[in-house]
Amino acid sequence: MMTREILLQSDALEQSRQARYAQRKFVNRIALTLSLMAMAFGLFWLFWILFETIRLGVDGLTLDTLTQMTPPPNDAGGLANAIYGSFLMVLLATFVGTPIGVMAGIYLAEFDTKGWLAQVTRFVNDILLSAPSIVIGLFVYAVIVTRFKSFSGYAGVMALALIVIPVVIRTTENMLQLVPPGLREAAYALGAPKWKVILSITLRAARSGVVTGVLLAVARIAGETAPLLFTALSNQFWTSSLSEPMASLPVTIFKFAMSPYENWQKLAWAGVFIITIAVLGLNILARVLTRSRS
Amino acid sequence: MSSTLPASEMSFNQLARSSGRVMTNPPPIKVARSGPMADRIFGWLAKGAALFTLGMLVAILASLTISAWPAISKYGFGFLTSTTWDPVREEFGGLVMIYGTLMTSVIALLIAVPVSFGIALFLTELSPAWLKRPLGTAIELLAAIPSIVYGMWGLLVFGPLLATYVQQPLQALFAGVPYLGALFSGPPVGIGILSAGIILAIMIIPFISAVMRDVFEVTPTLLKESAYGLGATTWEVVSKVVLPYTKAGVIGGIMLGLGRAIGETMAVTFVIGNLNQLDSLSLFQAANSITSALANEFAEAGEGLHQASLMYLGLVLFFITFVVLTLSKILLSQLKKNEGSKT
Repeated sequence: MMTREILLQSDALEQSRQARYAQRKFVNRIALTLSLMAMAFGLFWLFWILFETIRLGVDGLTLDTLTQMTPPPNDAGGLANAIYGSFLMVLLATFVGTPIGVMAGIYLAEFDTKGWLAQVTRFVNDILLSAPSIVIGLFVYAVIVTRFKSFSGYAGVMALALIVIPVVIRTTENMLQLVPPGLREAAYALGAPKWKVILSITLRAARSGVVTGVLLAVARIAGETAPLLFTALSNQFWTSSLSEPMASLPVTIFKFAMSPYENWQKLAWAGVFIITIAVLGLNILARVLTRSRS
Repeated sequence: MSSTLPASEMSFNQLARSSGRVMTNPPPIKVARSGPMADRIFGWLAKGAALFTLGMLVAILASLTISAWPAISKYGFGFLTSTTWDPVREEFGGLVMIYGTLMTSVIALLIAVPVSFGIALFLTELSPAWLKRPLGTAIELLAAIPSIVYGMWGLLVFGPLLATYVQQPLQALFAGVPYLGALFSGPPVGIGILSAGIILAIMIIPFISAVMRDVFEVTPTLLKESAYGLGATTWEVVSKVVLPYTKAGVIGGIMLGLGRAIGETMAVTFVIGNLNQLDSLSLFQAANSITSALANEFAEAGEGLHQASLMYLGLVLFFITFVVLTLSKILLSQLKKNEGSKT
């Protein structure tokens, strides 16, 4: 009798434990399914956006897109001046921003790794990295455009360069920190002065990483619209003078996409296609570069 | 180092003379062409570049404040609570835009946080090793797509679909319901606060999930394995071990996403509708945000109070993002500090 009761009890205990275990497994399965769905959700948008961009972009893309000027409404034309303007401003901004970014990155990684200046710089740099780019546009407007009383390509270059700097600082610092200290010490032991150690040993060892940072910065500014809206403005015609308002691909897309004219919208899709391919291409190239390194 | 060379050279000569023996001269020591001077210049350049970055932040704050001063001195903090925005009568208040910015960002977070958590969970605990890299890259590529592409896609592709398949059914469902009905009233045309929020969510998912993934991977394997050893399921390990351990980092990542959402310009400008109104709080109603007001009005605004008010809005925007990003940074660094210590 006693044993029967105990057996019954343990049976009930076992049953409730099984039930509880089943329930825990059930919750687990639901959570993991939801996680899988979240992953699918993220990929879904990527593929949808890319699909539409390619479908509508290729549709509007012709040879004229690359060779003709931006047209008035309801007229044939292309995006040549906008592409040229974007290319020129991105190129110059990269040339202006990269040296400053690399030098500041060197300072953080090689000169002053733990001092107050380095701490503050790192903090400020992280803020600038995520700061709204339209605020950079406002800043350049207040400092340059109002002073020279004109929207200009130079102002656009300035705005983009200011966006390049934080990106390059971050990657340069990270990449320099990966260089083994033994390499530096070996160079010092040979009697090389510090600047030479940095330029021809550590920076060279971290070269592909630094180049990756620059590529990512180029990819970032190539698609930036907000800082150009009131610095470089836009221009319907071809101009190679940086002191005039200058067309750029993103601003032209913005103007054309918001318009009711069908030919403008078609050109905007072609522009979106070009910009997406360029930016994603740069990103993938940057990834390949870092992967072959590690 | 090179400064010690002449001294050693001299002592070597003295040694040769004093010993009275004739010695062949040692090869002339190549004096380093660039010694301490070049080093110092290089150091200054590096320091200068670092200071330049600091100066940038100060200069941005200063120039925005100076340009916004006419509006700041005229309206003071009342600017933040006034809904009037009338360029013709020169009456300005920023509440409409501030509301739009905050509301779209909140919607974005409501969608993006659970999804990002799911993605991070999938990539750290579920995914087979060979899939981790391609899937992680694919999600990161979402962040690489320029915002203007999101904007145009949102306006011309996503908006109309949202109107037909989401907004109209929702409206039909909540037609007679008080409060909720008001939330879904308005013309279902696919632009407005809801579409802006959804597109922002897609844009910040990669940022939040990347941070979550990084901090999840910081969790010591020993902790996780102990939990597994006690018979915990994957979900229990994540929710009761990993998440408490990485709490600060996860919130930091969410803050980072929030900062991004608040400052995003082009995608929002395309789909929010750019209408200065706060009469209807409906999610389908066109509205305005700080960034889209700046993008649309600034180039055309005449110098004077209109421009100063826009600058004031820009300053408010910068201030909000500054606070949010600072919080994010502090939370993330807390996790780094605890790394390796006992919990």
